[in-house]
Amino acid sequence: MELKVNGKNQSLDVPAHTPLLQALRESLQLTGTKYGCGEGACGACMVLVDGTPTPSCITPVSNVRNREVITIEGISVNGKLHAVQKAFLAEEALQCGYCTPGMIISAVALLNKNPEPTESQIKEAMQRNVCRCCVYPYIVKAIQTASKMK
Amino acid sequence: MDKKTLIMPFGIPGHNLTQIEREVPADEPPAWPVNAELKEVGKSVKRVDARAKVTGQAKYTSDIQLPGMLYGKMLRSPYPHARIRNIDTRQVERHPGVLAVHILGKDISMAGSKDESADNYPEVKYIGQPIVGVAALNDNTAIEALKLVKIDYEVLPFVVDLEKARMEGAPLVFEAPVEKEASDGGEEIEKGLSLSGNVRGPSRGQPRGDTQKGFAESDIVIERTYVTQVHMHNPLETHGVVVDWKPDGMLIYASTQSTKGVRDEFAQLFGFRKSQVRVITEYMGGGFGAKYGAGNFGVMAGHLSRKSGRPVRLMLDRKEEQLTAGFRPNSVHQLKIGAKKDGKLSAIQQRSYGTAGVGLGAGVGSIAQNMYECPNFATEQYDIFTHFSPGAAWRAPGAVQGAFGLESLIDEIAESLNIDPLKYRDIIDKSEVRKVERQKGAELFGWSKRKKAGSDPGPVKKGMGLAQSSWPRFTHLDSTAEVRLFRDGAVEVRSGVQDLGTGTKTILAQVVAEELGLKTEDITVRIGDTLFPDGPPSGGSVTAGSITPAARNAAYQAKLKLFRQIASKLDTTPDKLMTADGKIYVTGEPSKNISFADALKQMRTEQLTAEASRSDDYGGMSRDDLGSVQFAEVTVDTETGFVKVDRIVAAHSCGRPLNIAQIESQINGGIIHGISYALYESRVIDDQTGQMINVNFDQYKIPYAFEIPDIRTIILEEYPAKSSTDAYGIGEPANIATAVAVTNAIYNAIGVRIFELPVTPAKILDALKRA
Repeated sequence: MELKVNGKNQSLDVPAHTPLLQALRESLQLTGTKYGCGEGACGACMVLVDGTPTPSCITPVSNVRNREVITIEGISVNGKLHAVQKAFLAEEALQCGYCTPGMIISAVALLNKNPEPTESQIKEAMQRNVCRCCVYPYIVKAIQTASKMK
Repeated sequence: MDKKTLIMPFGIPGHNLTQIEREVPADEPPAWPVNAELKEVGKSVKRVDARAKVTGQAKYTSDIQLPGMLYGKMLRSPYPHARIRNIDTRQVERHPGVLAVHILGKDISMAGSKDESADNYPEVKYIGQPIVGVAALNDNTAIEALKLVKIDYEVLPFVVDLEKARMEGAPLVFEAPVEKEASDGGEEIEKGLSLSGNVRGPSRGQPRGDTQKGFAESDIVIERTYVTQVHMHNPLETHGVVVDWKPDGMLIYASTQSTKGVRDEFAQLFGFRKSQVRVITEYMGGGFGAKYGAGNFGVMAGHLSRKSGRPVRLMLDRKEEQLTAGFRPNSVHQLKIGAKKDGKLSAIQQRSYGTAGVGLGAGVGSIAQNMYECPNFATEQYDIFTHFSPGAAWRAPGAVQGAFGLESLIDEIAESLNIDPLKYRDIIDKSEVRKVERQKGAELFGWSKRKKAGSDPGPVKKGMGLAQSSWPRFTHLDSTAEVRLFRDGAVEVRSGVQDLGTGTKTILAQVVAEELGLKTEDITVRIGDTLFPDGPPSGGSVTAGSITPAARNAAYQAKLKLFRQIASKLDTTPDKLMTADGKIYVTGEPSKNISFADALKQMRTEQLTAEASRSDDYGGMSRDDLGSVQFAEVTVDTETGFVKVDRIVAAHSCGRPLNIAQIESQINGGIIHGISYALYESRVIDDQTGQMINVNFDQYKIPYAFEIPDIRTIILEEYPAKSSTDAYGIGEPANIATAVAVTNAIYNAIGVRIFELPVTPAKILDALKRA
């Protein structure tokens, strides 16, 4: 299976129906992408596929052949944090941090599409991501901050 | 032990701050002044581990991959109650890629192979009860292999419904009285209680006075029944472990709230000394009370690792998590309160029952006993056993259910006496902290604009409500930290204590930095490893109040050791030295100084270390509490029954606040959990099959960003003068009052009370119809 993950071509020996999440975590050791619910409802496993936020737990690897996959590890380039990551730090937009990679992926996708979202648009875009520590007030604020940083 | 006297700040700044003398052990550090005079403590210092979290570098238990590691999976019972006649695992053992198979014994406390005899199978008491485990080269192989296990069940009658389980003739969950060391539900367990059918109890707490007499002397008596639902924890990282068994010890990565608790249990189960078992929890993805102990999955992983001779990772999937990894028990809470015309309470009587499935601890806590002055109090709390997995402590166990009843009924009494509910609490509550919180909170919230119940015209109505909470100042005295200074300039704080995401790493760095006159970012925090000195378990909001005094004390001791080595180089004596702004000064002669880093370079040895523990409370034990007052405003659409929480104002105390942003984040989390408990979350079980129906993230309604109201917090500084940091936790207090503040606001909006959680649109419409 030929994949392109974080700009690198990868060749994996896994069955076509293997969830992308499993391939990323177990075969490529990209463990920043997390398992949360296994049914695409919590956003912990969110990655960008050709720029679209996609739950990797319900996406077979065969679906992302010849497409560009970006994980949390590919969001910062050469150790330089993305504006969304900087904003999450500045606004303390995390507690346990387990949902954070997925949150950041969804936020990056939103701001790529809509650089100046309203509060309501932010909440709507983040409606696929669970933070069980319930840091939502700070997360929304962080995305507003990131939108001003861009 | 040698003692000395400290003069410490005492009380609430801006209200009644004074000073108090405390006799303390001679090796405790001097008293800190109030936060305004400190540099690192009390500020919104950024989290020390946040960068690892935003880049995906933070390694959680589920991310651990050890060389040769196998993947564990468990076969679980599909029946709520059954006897196992036979288990045939021959085919599984031959399956390619399977390296170990294990059957959980009747008594999982027996390690080794004794527990595997064929006539010793456990009785199945709940759906999802683990029976057989396999360890395989990968997840898929393990899942496929489990399909080859043949189990011959004798299916037995079961009961999962709380009311049906209480009835005479209900299928029995346990044949004999059940005793456990610790509660599953998180409340204190009373020993030796009787079992009648599936009913255990009553637990009577600490009764006082004579309630009969109290009610007879009352001018008003109201009695109500309050019902709460089952609430799931659903930490985003599920329960799980990576276990590496070796003949001379075990290494365990665990997603746990107590590294030392996991260590102790594995040591006992597998016949090791505690010192031979190492537990690591560097990052963990939330617990909320559910993550304690080895767990049956951990025991299984241990046996699979022992049998295969390889490390085994066993993480639950979401369905397993919801079915078997804990929940807040439901409750039926009958509460009767009597009051005099002037409002003073004369008697409180409560009776409750709830179910933690096969677990213990489904009471309504002690909030009705403790929060208000009332001379006569009695309680009877019963646990009802059902054929469901055991409950677990969930943020302020018991208190959340108890507060829903208490604070609803106090509101109702206030209304009957024609007293504003805010003013009424001034009459019955002697807590100075909550008095200040009521004043400040009411002002910020705009309580004076509250209207008469149900008086908002039109179909969409707004309402305001409030509720209070009480939580004991719990601490765990077996809490130790080490501070290590390195010649190359590094300063480390080490402890076995774990950070659940609350920010424990950051407050430890702040406290050590403050003591040494350094910056928080100068301190390296290494915690969550039982090779370091034991920390507290993280439950009951004990962490901050237990481990930060230990860390400060250790930093102080390390500093004194350093002073002894440095003093002669500054032509002075150690007692004349002090630290500030990254330097060591001679007191009174600021020109005589050396930078902290240069001082470290002059140490006799490469490393200097000091270890210290949490002392007993200064001034002795006291019964005072952590108090909060929360205000809610809601909008109720009386045509659809839809409720929206518009805003919350939350006033809280937690002793000396260590990190304002972290405390505020905890309060936000507690409030949102409370709103969700009030309006959304509820486990649904099919009575006919015993199956949980909404066993997923789709139909089990958890809150997302849209459900969040505007939240304003007031963090009260309050100095009880009890330890070297005077800090306390906030996790539980934040969660207690919200749900009932919301339901009190709903009453104010629509003029009809609702006695059962969650308040769904159907319940609103039904209540309006009956009104």
